[in-house]
Amino acid sequence: MTDATLPQHPFGTEITANDIVEQMQAANGWEDRYRTVIQLGKKLPALPETFKHEELKVSGCESQVWLAHDKQDGQFHFMADSDSRIVRGLITLVLAAYEGKNAEEIRAFDIDTYFEQLGLIAHLSPSRGNGLKAIVEQIKTLAN
Amino acid sequence: MTAQFDINQVYQQFPALQQNCNGQPLVYLDSAATAQKPLAVIETIQQYYSGHNANVHRGSHSLTASATAKFEQARQTVQQFIHAQHSCEIIWTRGATEALNLIAQTYARQTLQPGDEILVSELEHHANIVPWQIVAEQTGANVVKIPMLPDCTLDMDAFHQLLTNKTKIVAIAHITNVTGTRNPIEAITTAAHHYNAVVVVDGAQGIVHETVDVQTLDADFYVFSGHKLYAPAGIGVLYGKKALLEVMPPWHGGGKMVEKVSFSGTTFSALPGKFEAGTPNVAGSLALATAIEWLESLDRHGAEQHIAQLRQKAIEGISEIDDLRIIGLQEHASLFSFVVDGVHHQDIATLLDQQGIALRAGHHCAHPMLDALGLTGTLRVSLALYNTEQDVERFIAALHKACSLL
Repeated sequence: MTDATLPQHPFGTEITANDIVEQMQAANGWEDRYRTVIQLGKKLPALPETFKHEELKVSGCESQVWLAHDKQDGQFHFMADSDSRIVRGLITLVLAAYEGKNAEEIRAFDIDTYFEQLGLIAHLSPSRGNGLKAIVEQIKTLAN
Repeated sequence: MTAQFDINQVYQQFPALQQNCNGQPLVYLDSAATAQKPLAVIETIQQYYSGHNANVHRGSHSLTASATAKFEQARQTVQQFIHAQHSCEIIWTRGATEALNLIAQTYARQTLQPGDEILVSELEHHANIVPWQIVAEQTGANVVKIPMLPDCTLDMDAFHQLLTNKTKIVAIAHITNVTGTRNPIEAITTAAHHYNAVVVVDGAQGIVHETVDVQTLDADFYVFSGHKLYAPAGIGVLYGKKALLEVMPPWHGGGKMVEKVSFSGTTFSALPGKFEAGTPNVAGSLALATAIEWLESLDRHGAEQHIAQLRQKAIEGISEIDDLRIIGLQEHASLFSFVVDGVHHQDIATLLDQQGIALRAGHHCAHPMLDALGLTGTLRVSLALYNTEQDVERFIAALHKACSLL
């Protein structure tokens, strides 16, 4: 990891996975769902340029995606960024699910059901170019 | 005399277009990647496997004789379609990519010497770059880039300067896949032949939108895929001038490409069999011939005018979107690429897909060209003769909506 500290974000603390499920279930149709996702992405601070290097790049995405993490007392702190607005939004959903959890909790979290509840399960398909699947896999690898 | 182009009549012949995508009628604007297939083509495949399937050029029963006759008729259909002098100049391949690899691994590999040069345009897609890089590595030849100009046309001054006695091959797209640039093939072959270089024309896009005459173009090789020409995937064509094909060594070894096999030595078949080892894709060949006959039964000029009108309408309809830039707009192209500055192309594609609009977003397998443009990707709208005015209206509205959401 690099020496710089990761920026703080509200996902998993101020905005929990449950909050997001509620918000997404209230959304009416695809437009509203995407609007919500994009709005959430706007609450994600930018990852400082020092973190945007090859090692932290998630491969398998059409857009560029970087995933950084920190581990303190067994708890993971994640931060990610992308040059795609939709992917930034999707990242916040993933961060809300995994932020502050320990390895065991990360392994136990049922991400498929979570994305099903969000109405976005199609986005977890490996044939999608958004790389969401790759981000989730990378987080799970870190927790192993 | 062919009847005037009638979009309603044409549209009805494409079952794949009559479906919903994400709850809305599909608008298919990705025909430069692969075209949908008319009923006539689908029926040819079904009929072949229902009643005519037999291996060709072997055995001595009626079914094989009939399959062989149809297979060779299909070759003649292609010959006439591209105005080749001889039907043995038509070699069946899996597609344009395989045809380019065949040329690289036979003609080029046998001919090239260390220090020889292969001129490859910067506008090419990977299929017309990588086979040349591989054979350059094998022979010690060099791949030299012909640069493009900022308007996405070939830099012809640079081309003329790069042509020397070291130039052995010029590899160039007839029409390019990112911007639809029509390269001046006639001028290129004339200049290249002055230096005794052969010209390989990648016709993957060009065959669809132009009446091709390989003799007028004076192309030494011309390749294309069936699947962009309303035929199935897995069939394609390598055209080569007979004199060149005759002296080229075979590529794949196997049945059908041999005259006599013995462990002391093997002799090879004459053209075209020499390059067609193994059981060919007979259904594909027949279906390609059907696609050609179907296309020729239409008013092709009217079809291209129809496409041009749709393209104009699409461009006008999106031109006022903030920060939208059309990349290298070509006057007579059936496709165009665009970007919206500050917005990732994938985001727009995702939101268009939600609205039933299918188009291509990304690098279009043309990394060098996009690098030259300083882009990581574009959105590409590619039109075919089955697209309707309504398709374009839906696309315009959907793009406005996508941009407002982002």
